Amino acid sequence: MNYILKQKINNRMEMNFEAFSENEALARIAVASFVMSLNPTLEELADIKTAVSEAVTNAIIHGYEEGEGIIFLRCRLRGDLLEVEIEDKGKGIGDIEKAMEPLFTTKPDKDRSGMGFSFMEAFMDDLEVNSIPGMGTIVKMKKKLGTQSWLEL
Amino acid sequence: MNEEQFKVIEDYLCVKMPKEVDHHNAGGLSEKVDEFIYGQKINNIVFDFSGTEFMDSSGIGILAGRYKKLQCFEGKVYVINANRQIKRILLLSGIQKYVVIMKDE
Repeated sequence: MNYILKQKINNRMEMNFEAFSENEALARIAVASFVMSLNPTLEELADIKTAVSEAVTNAIIHGYEEGEGIIFLRCRLRGDLLEVEIEDKGKGIGDIEKAMEPLFTTKPDKDRSGMGFSFMEAFMDDLEVNSIPGMGTIVKMKKKLGTQSWLEL
Repeated sequence: MNEEQFKVIEDYLCVKMPKEVDHHNAGGLSEKVDEFIYGQKINNIVFDFSGTEFMDSSGIGILAGRYKKLQCFEGKVYVINANRQIKRILLLSGIQKYVVIMKDE
């Protein structure tokens, strides 16, 4: 039983979609479905969905400024480690450090809370943001899944 | 969005939040609430999350924005029926300093 549960799964998934706000739900549900084989807890699923939603929303609102564009989503499972990449080829971020500050937003008039990156950081184990102004942004997130319950078995 | 989403009782507005509160589903909600604030002299808003299964920081933006608007009228913003995950997001954002999160009975 233990042996089967701890078996290493290596899996990969890629998709790309238009930067439409409808696709925020598509992206987070796709990633949630992708990790289902690891039997994640409801909390882990909610964490992943929120983090993905934040990154995709950022790409739509800030990367493409609600205009046209394609968002690239890449997921990888190495054992119980999930890696998610969300890339846009939009306007990029000039000052990443500033952008990642809690409550910092360039669009307060649009009711943005400035909590996007903070949530990604809080809900995932690792967050890396790479961006070149004028070229786009790649957000890489990692999360180890199913750790508590598996170890207790 | 149907009409039952908003209910006015005296100077309270009760807003039934959508199933998924994200940038897509929350679009236009703030504007509608603001129309009530200015048009119907609403001082307090109760956001009902009983039907909400998912929320990201877009929800925080809505609550924080409405709190700012109501401050001029010394009004309050309340959150009711938030599930565990939504409470987690509310607490993580620090918004409980400004918004009253009602405990379940």
